[in-house]
Amino acid sequence: MKIAILKLRDILLTSIHVDLTDEDALEFQADVLEMVKKTEAKGIVIDITAMNVVDSFMARILNETASMVKTLGAEAVICGMRPEVALTLVEMGRELTGVETAVNLEQGVDKLRELIKRRQ
Amino acid sequence: MNEKAVKIEDSRDVVRARHEGREMARKLGFGPADQARLATAISELTRNVIQYAGKGVCVITDASEMGIAKIRVRVEDHGPGIADIDQAIEPGFSTGNGLGAGLPGTRRLVHEFRIDSKPGHTVVSIAIVRRRA
Repeated sequence: MKIAILKLRDILLTSIHVDLTDEDALEFQADVLEMVKKTEAKGIVIDITAMNVVDSFMARILNETASMVKTLGAEAVICGMRPEVALTLVEMGRELTGVETAVNLEQGVDKLRELIKRRQ
Repeated sequence: MNEKAVKIEDSRDVVRARHEGREMARKLGFGPADQARLATAISELTRNVIQYAGKGVCVITDASEMGIAKIRVRVEDHGPGIADIDQAIEPGFSTGNGLGAGLPGTRRLVHEFRIDSKPGHTVVSIAIVRRRA
């Protein structure tokens, strides 16, 4: 299952809208890095509004993807986490640490712009 | 008694199993938080099966009784087994590469949690319970 990554001027937007297998998640991670590099984007917003399960594997992939994007020289924001997903992650002891998050897409884009400005 | 058995052989089956769990939870009137807890727990346990045993089975059962909604999930495999169960449920412990290190976390998501393991046969049973209004 391919997740579309859209370019919007100097940033990228993507929304995980289907239940990903582990292989899909790894492919998504590689695609994000590839697109950041190829488009020379300054940052990416990853919307997870539609995800109703984020288990320890997916949490690790999201964490790592954000760190990798930063390592490349861009910024990453994860937005739209459902309340029940936040609750489950914290109960399991698997918070998304070191990742920038936002409540929804709009605030996610605002936060990304802020981070990009700070980096420059 | 309503029961769903999902064969666990590759990562698509992990998705299938957690979907079945979530569906049953929803149908039995569990809220979004319990649906997410159960689906996540199933995801962790079935991934362990693939990672450590290669294949197994996940059986999701409606075990509701009068006044109580209850879902029991039994995840079973014939892999090497868990050598030290006490150690396996210690937070932070993993013999793998951290891919499926979900036992301590999974335990915190559910109301009942039990492991029976010997070489060649491991069964993890979990349950979530809700008092009916």
